[in-house]
Amino acid sequence: MRTWAMTRRVLTELLRDKRTLALMFAAPLLILTLMYFLFQGANNTNADLAVRSVDADLVSAMQIDGMHIHDVTASKGSDADGGTARQVIRDQDYDGYLEQSGDSLTLTLAGTDQTKSGLILQSLKSAQTTLSAKAASATIASQAASLKQLEQKVTELSAQLLALNAGKQTASSSQSASPSTSSSGQQSQRNPSTTVTVTYLYGDADSTFFDTLVPIMMGFVIFFFVFLISGIALLHERTTGTLARLLATPIRRREIVNGYLFGYGIVAIIQTVVVVSYTLLVFKTEILGSLWTVMLINLMVAACALTLGLLISTFARTEFQMMQFIPIIVIPQIFFSGIISVDSMPRWLQAVAHAMPLFWGSHAMSDVVEKGAGLSQIAPDLGVLAAFIVVFLVLNVLVMRKYRRV
Amino acid sequence: MEDTTGTDRGSATVQVSRLFQGYGRTMVLRDVDFEMQGGEILALIGPSGSGKTTLISTIMGMMPPKSGSVHVLGVRMPNREQLGNIGFMAQTDALYTNLSGMENLKFFASLQNVDKRRFAESAMHAAKIVHLENALNRRVAGYSGGMKRRLSLAIALIGDPEILILDEPTVGIDPELRREIWSELHRIADQGHTIMLTTHVMADAAQADTLLMIRQGEAIAKGSPEEVKEQYRATSIEDAFVQAGRDQDAHLGND
Ligand SMILES: Nc1ncnc2c1ncn2[C@@H]1O[C@H](COP(=O)(O)OP(=O)(O)O)[C@@H](O)[C@H]1O
Ligand SMILES: [Mg+2]
Repeated sequence: MRTWAMTRRVLTELLRDKRTLALMFAAPLLILTLMYFLFQGANNTNADLAVRSVDADLVSAMQIDGMHIHDVTASKGSDADGGTARQVIRDQDYDGYLEQSGDSLTLTLAGTDQTKSGLILQSLKSAQTTLSAKAASATIASQAASLKQLEQKVTELSAQLLALNAGKQTASSSQSASPSTSSSGQQSQRNPSTTVTVTYLYGDADSTFFDTLVPIMMGFVIFFFVFLISGIALLHERTTGTLARLLATPIRRREIVNGYLFGYGIVAIIQTVVVVSYTLLVFKTEILGSLWTVMLINLMVAACALTLGLLISTFARTEFQMMQFIPIIVIPQIFFSGIISVDSMPRWLQAVAHAMPLFWGSHAMSDVVEKGAGLSQIAPDLGVLAAFIVVFLVLNVLVMRKYRRV
Repeated sequence: MEDTTGTDRGSATVQVSRLFQGYGRTMVLRDVDFEMQGGEILALIGPSGSGKTTLISTIMGMMPPKSGSVHVLGVRMPNREQLGNIGFMAQTDALYTNLSGMENLKFFASLQNVDKRRFAESAMHAAKIVHLENALNRRVAGYSGGMKRRLSLAIALIGDPEILILDEPTVGIDPELRREIWSELHRIADQGHTIMLTTHVMADAAQADTLLMIRQGEAIAKGSPEEVKEQYRATSIEDAFVQAGRDQDAHLGND
């Protein structure tokens, strides 16, 4: 009865606040749309590479999608100490510089953009594969040798890149890299080429980083806005004295917290419907699991954000102080929500991750959206979320003792 | 325990005994002791900072006493349920400015367990007393200070509570309306309800049945306005208050 009166009041106040409404419903869509365009583009990497005195066969073998190779042999100056490489890269704004001197190849990478460096290394690798197939030909035998040296380095470098991109390669789409033998048997024992075969368990070659982000961001935007807006709403009640006034009525402290919980729960349901429909219709995101499960997870995430927001608002005296909690409470959670693979983190960071509600929410959400997990598979995640909610609820009721002991 | 049985406490509706109250280490109220009967209007008068609001918060059970006790309708405070029998008007208006006057009334009425069927009638009556019946559908954000004060009073009146506790109800209210409010308070008291209010205004004090003068956390005088004036051989309540203060200082000096 009194809880319902609280819920209705919270909702009425929110409905009257058009700016906040717009923030809650339009801002998440804006953020998701921005990310969509930002991370879709990540596939169309291109790189500019300067080459000097490099054998034409090698250069043509290096021509893969996105590679722009500029021959700078004609321009003056050539030295081994890297001075020219530095100058060419800087002057022309190239991403790399490859110089051949006799049998040895020297590659200098600008290294400012990992994806561009990765593309250059990849093109070298594919050239090496192509050339090693033709290695019988005497003219390029020497190059094959020097390439082999470079290959060592390239493999090392790409290993690093792979680690860097581990987050991007997604926590869920598992890749099996298996060495496959080159077709020309003659060279294969001398120079085993390493072709990487990628198999996608979930998703396909068109899957982008954005597809990985969708389930994570869905949880995050709901967490962020519910946390902020409910926290500020209760803070406002505290500073205007209405909270103390409420507690001068026979209302129970938990009825106040529950009123907020139900009010913002309803808002979170609507928010989820809006966000999910938008991702389905506009981004054509595939949700493998059940939509109801997605709703349930978001609702739990919202409840967690709400109870945490209400609790944190106790420690803020002004709205600005409430904002100060965002970098402390909200932003760190996004790092642990699967954007960066938690499995590859040091042990102590993994422990930190498990203390974050959003880690569990995103984990469940990714499982449902990308792997079609059912309710029973994500039950442990939901259980942890429920535990967070209960703890925060109890703490909220306790901190209200400041205003009234009973 | 005597605490839960109201009958054997006589007819006292509010009973404060040997109350000490404070914030942290600082004592704000020292040994305050009084009781009120049904139908009585008691005015707490005293300079600002003397502890009137603290006394009211303690009676409402918002703060448990440091020592001593408070009973309302025979029930020892703090007690959550008992708040349903108290119509309260806080010193600072605590209203939802995004809601209309009517929505504020409705919301607080439902927290106060006011019967739904009686609400419409009760709300209209309360709004009429404070002359807000034509502004009830407007958002409180557009109310003047005096209108907010009047809405707070209407919220306290709604549901016809047994006890009314009003912290500075007449601040920002014009003399004509003040007179009407007083006649309503007398009417409510005549029905046997208990009213306690705080004020700086001596004209308000003169309307009360009982005065309780508080200064530096102590109750320095209690009685009807006539008794208090007589006791200090003063012609006005104001003079009586000043004289009572001097006596208190002299008494402290002698200690
Ligand atoms: N929340 C509080 N914390 C600490 N001291 C307080 C608090 N509220 C009031 N006081 C102090 O208690 C004293 C009495 O205050 P109050 O009861 O508000 O007086 P009045 O209502 O008579 O103006 C004042 O000295 C005031 O500074
Ligand atoms: Mg006061």
